[in-house]
Amino acid sequence: MVWVISCLLMAGLVGRLVYLMIFRSEHYSQMAEDLHQRERTIKAARGQILDRNGTVIATNRTVCTISVIYNQITDREKVVETLSQALGLPEDEVRKKAEKYSAREIVATNVDKELGDQIRSYQLDGVKVDEDYKRYYPMGSLASKVLGFTGGDNQGIIGLEVVYEEWLKGTNGLILTQADAAGVEIENAFEDRVEPVSGSDLTISLDVNIQTYAQQAAYKVMEEKEAKRVSMIVMNPQNGEILAMVNVPEFDLNDPFTLNVEPEEGTAASKQDLLNQMWRNPSINDTYEPGSTFKIITAAAGLEAGAVKLDDKFSCPGFRVVEDRRIRCHKAGGHGAETFLQAVMNSCNPVFIDVGQRLGVDQYYHYFTQFGLFGKTGIDLPGEASTIMHKKENMGLVELATVSFGQSFQITPLQLITTAASIVNGGKRVTPHFGIQAASPDGTNIRKFSYPVREGIVSKETSETMRYALEQVVAQGGGKKACLPGYRIGGKTATSEKLPRSLKKYISSFLGFAPADNPQVIALVTIDEPVGIYYGGTIAAPVIADLFKNILPYLGIEAEVEETASGFGNFD
Amino acid sequence: MPKKKKKKVRRFYDYSLLFTVVFLTIFGLVMIYSSSSYMAQINYEGNAGYFMTRQASIALGGFFLMILISRMDYHWYARFSRLAILVSWGLMIAVSLFGREVNGKKRWLGVGPLSFQPTELVKITVIVAMAVLITRIGRDVDRIAGVARAVLIVVPLAGIVAANNLSSGIIIVGIGFVMMFVASKKRLPYALCVLAAAFMLIFAGPIGHALTAMKILKPYQLNRINVWLNPEAYPSTGGYQVLQGLYAIGSGGLFGKGLGESIQKLGFVPESQNDMIFSIICEELGLFGACLVIFLFVFMIYRFLLIAGNAPDLFGALLVVGVMAHIAIQVILNIAVVTNTIPNTGITLPFISYGGTSVLFLMIEMGMVLSVSNQIKLER
Repeated sequence: MVWVISCLLMAGLVGRLVYLMIFRSEHYSQMAEDLHQRERTIKAARGQILDRNGTVIATNRTVCTISVIYNQITDREKVVETLSQALGLPEDEVRKKAEKYSAREIVATNVDKELGDQIRSYQLDGVKVDEDYKRYYPMGSLASKVLGFTGGDNQGIIGLEVVYEEWLKGTNGLILTQADAAGVEIENAFEDRVEPVSGSDLTISLDVNIQTYAQQAAYKVMEEKEAKRVSMIVMNPQNGEILAMVNVPEFDLNDPFTLNVEPEEGTAASKQDLLNQMWRNPSINDTYEPGSTFKIITAAAGLEAGAVKLDDKFSCPGFRVVEDRRIRCHKAGGHGAETFLQAVMNSCNPVFIDVGQRLGVDQYYHYFTQFGLFGKTGIDLPGEASTIMHKKENMGLVELATVSFGQSFQITPLQLITTAASIVNGGKRVTPHFGIQAASPDGTNIRKFSYPVREGIVSKETSETMRYALEQVVAQGGGKKACLPGYRIGGKTATSEKLPRSLKKYISSFLGFAPADNPQVIALVTIDEPVGIYYGGTIAAPVIADLFKNILPYLGIEAEVEETASGFGNFD
Repeated sequence: MPKKKKKKVRRFYDYSLLFTVVFLTIFGLVMIYSSSSYMAQINYEGNAGYFMTRQASIALGGFFLMILISRMDYHWYARFSRLAILVSWGLMIAVSLFGREVNGKKRWLGVGPLSFQPTELVKITVIVAMAVLITRIGRDVDRIAGVARAVLIVVPLAGIVAANNLSSGIIIVGIGFVMMFVASKKRLPYALCVLAAAFMLIFAGPIGHALTAMKILKPYQLNRINVWLNPEAYPSTGGYQVLQGLYAIGSGGLFGKGLGESIQKLGFVPESQNDMIFSIICEELGLFGACLVIFLFVFMIYRFLLIAGNAPDLFGALLVVGVMAHIAIQVILNIAVVTNTIPNTGITLPFISYGGTSVLFLMIEMGMVLSVSNQIKLER
């Protein structure tokens, strides 16, 4: 009897066990696993940024993350003291983290590997040193405002690092480990690893050599002319690839939170404002009155519309009266009688006012739109500024007159160079860009970026005429100083008055391209607030001449040897 | 056969039982090591074998004591039953007054480094005393007077034990109950008792609420019942231990994670080498291993019944029945608790759970059973 009851009870318990261990097994083991599993992320390596030649301009460096684990700390006081000392953090801040009851509290990120190794060597219980990646820019400040930098979580903050975030960042991996009740990871325990996927490497159109040279030239002219800023854009006008974009003063990408200039006395701007100012890319974030370089657009519109031809005769008395306003030419006595070509070479304001008036507001507006000046260029950089232009209904003849020679409205330097490129390249509106391709580190997955091109901005004939006219500007006109023996260079100078005009501050600029018959490179330099002589033709044009002299052979565009010389050579 | 030959009569000795005891104890040591080594390493300065070596040395001592007792005539210690009751009372009173308090319960009586749980002594006392009593009163077991005498021995002792250790009190009552049941010819009253207990268990929830409403049960006791009914609703309060045990059992599956591979022993199941060791067995050895352990206990009970049935006299048989009741009740209650079949009470798994006093007295009980077996004369 007792035996039977015992057996029945035991059998009942076995039944209960079968229920628990077979039918409820999944339920309980899942709950147990949730309890045991600890998740640690493995940061994915951020993709590198390479220039067009494969030179690395943004890469990763190993840094350490220091964290504390509450349950494992044995000597809390010592941990607080050592960490605050080694990391240079206030003691109460470290203490707060060390005393917070949590699985893991991060004390500091982006700590140098050396310091991390040093902290590890103290062998403090409950202090964890994890290695990690930090963005590193081997070229320091080169193209700083273009590349941008990353923040504490390796996320892009400005520049290309932001725009290509999705490509660069990769996918973080996971380590799933088992931990005991105190949260201590179990050694040799079954580990699940989800490998991180490194970000793709981004190849950009920038050429480090051209960028470096342009930057040197920009710094040189900035110092010589005591200018506030100098920007330079070097672009391939045929496809919109930007070879260089310099905005001096640049800042150190490896230390982006330190101001590159002493803050001016008496300014109440906060440090963050100053930093934002420093990080700005004036080539695309800021607009300015382009001045005479914009005459390229007016001329192209006039030629395209048939309103003017190169040999049309004009006369310049030194001013033009439009409605009730007397608008002066930069040459006080006037240029006298001249053809349109000569007017372009002289950069004569009254003639361009005439061309503008011949077109009329409607047509001018039509071309302004067709050239793509209203929209943004679509460059792959964040924060591009829009054109500031009169509304059509508010545009009278006076406004039309000033717009004709590049005043009373604002565009970005990039917009100007892109529009000029479209005019001289045969009429293709290209999209200026940096990104060429993103490739996974093993090279298996390559994504080439493509950009829209709008054909027929101007006719091929107009484009050819413009190239000829602008070549004459450099050969014999206002852009003489951009002349380079052996090369056919086209270009246009500009000297814009900054607003308000009473300040008498200027932006000198020069837009040049070469070779003039088949442009392979187009460059724009803008010198902000030069001191002393401020004429674009005098100070900006030589900068481009100097740049072209160095980069044209580098780009494989050889100087044409004079025929006589080669003739002699052959006969010798 | 002539009487002279009687001296040469071969005596029985239950080697199967002896082997089972040895096997279970060693298996217990392995499981204690497996389940306690990790936490022992943390709590005892890297001494992973802390619990295992302590248990092993006591078990070894107990083993020799068992062999010694098994060679003695069991009638000899019948004389000490009154003394044992007196000593038990003395110790229980002492433990209530001067006992070491662990987790708010006074269960340990200690002198210096030595300490032991007097409740284990009480269990063996009840077994011997009941056997003596029932043998003496003979047919009175079916009369009220006889039952009353038995109740007088068992219930007050169980009461004082239950004050600090409810589960041991239940076990003591259970031992007395089974011994009376076996000796008695009546079945109905005992069956009614069992039915009443089963009824209580099945309707514990409502009954508990009613009793709490009547202020007979304290809220914390009701809480235990609620936890039992739905442990997952109380993961951090009362249900923690049970729930962690269930996690362990559930993650074992059919064949377990393998010896030493338990995760739940890493501090999740509190005192995993103790009451909850069966859950670790389930996790590491699976349903298969757990069933083998249960089977071993069933086999053990079968051996007890065999010895009891062939015992030379009633006293011997009752001794064996008492020990059997003790082990059967404890095994069943322990597994029932671990699998959350009944509300949580602290009951150890005989031979396997960690506990020096427990293993020592279990060995003594086994010695008694073996000595009964040794008195069985094998006929030619």
